[in-house]
Amino acid sequence: MVKFTLPQNSKVIKGRAYKNKTSLGDKKILKIYRWDPEKKDNPRLDTFEIDQKKCGPMVLDALMKIKDEIDTTLTFRRSCREGVCGSCAMNIDGVNTLACLKPMSDVKNEIKIYPLPHMRIIKDLVPDLNQAYKQLESIKPWIERNEKDQNASKSKKISEKNQYPKDRLKLDGKWECVLCFCCTTSCPSYWWNGDKYLGPAVLLQASRWINDSRDGRTKQRLKEINDSMKLFRCHSIMNCTYSCPKGLNPAKEIAEIKKSIVRQK
Amino acid sequence: MTENRPLSPHLSIHRKIPTAVFSIFHRFTGFALSIGSIFIVLWIAILALGPNYFFIYKTISSFFIFKIILFIWTIGVFFHLFNGVRYLFWSFGIGMKLKTVHNSSYLVILLTFLTTIIVWIAV
Repeated sequence: MVKFTLPQNSKVIKGRAYKNKTSLGDKKILKIYRWDPEKKDNPRLDTFEIDQKKCGPMVLDALMKIKDEIDTTLTFRRSCREGVCGSCAMNIDGVNTLACLKPMSDVKNEIKIYPLPHMRIIKDLVPDLNQAYKQLESIKPWIERNEKDQNASKSKKISEKNQYPKDRLKLDGKWECVLCFCCTTSCPSYWWNGDKYLGPAVLLQASRWINDSRDGRTKQRLKEINDSMKLFRCHSIMNCTYSCPKGLNPAKEIAEIKKSIVRQK
Repeated sequence: MTENRPLSPHLSIHRKIPTAVFSIFHRFTGFALSIGSIFIVLWIAILALGPNYFFIYKTISSFFIFKIILFIWTIGVFFHLFNGVRYLFWSFGIGMKLKTVHNSSYLVILLTFLTTIIVWIAV
């Protein structure tokens, strides 16, 4: 349901300010969303100051510097630090992106960092992604062969299913997704109907398997996804495309799925 | 403990992205126009009541505030029309690159104001 305001326990209150007493060559102020599950307080916005000259260029570098030097309890997900793993997805300066790909110099004033929007928070910048992963599972993100191929495989007539380069090209713009859920959590439709609407990331994955020439369930896949809630809550708001740190276009892929549903017989 | 988990802020902290603003205005104008059209019909229906009621029509029409509302209503009609055409293209997957989307939104604004002004000059 549409609920524009936050529940009582989620309202963000003023947090602590960690003053940096050493002289800062190139000062940058970061305001970071904090919530500790072991305390009963509301989430708060803490202020940190760092010296950009003694820090890497990306927002993730700043977060790690803060964790190393100022407050070790600051919690966030990170792994590859180069936009391949999709762990460090968060809302930086109002837009969802990967902290490792976002240069601090992109933000003029203080950098506000929140977790991915409209998600249950486990701690600080770590959201609970269980629902999104379950939705991903629901679209069966793996190849399923049709009966003909299965029988041929059993009688050892073919051992593998080949793919022509032109068919492989159809997957470009889809396979690159790292499932960071920046798009899904930027989508107002997903905010209001996240329990039923699959969201752009999962729908992009759906289109990745629908368009795979090796898959034998294209028709069933389209049938399963043809649902007023699962798919058609997409109203081309295009926040997903705007957010995607990998430069993909989930909104267009969703439009293509809708088109294939109408066109199939 | 899981039920205790706070909901991260959404509307209040997310940047107002032009595409999203257009989308919400499309909905808003759609709603306002459907309500507004009832009043427009009532306004015109007065004419059907006969010559004795013509003065009501005339007094309502002469209000300056009425003209302003009608002007805003015209903007709403054309915005909804042109933006709706854009959505039709998107249904075919056409013009959905982010750059094209931004350009077409400028076009929508331009066409909206041009047509509104043309209509009001003509009337």
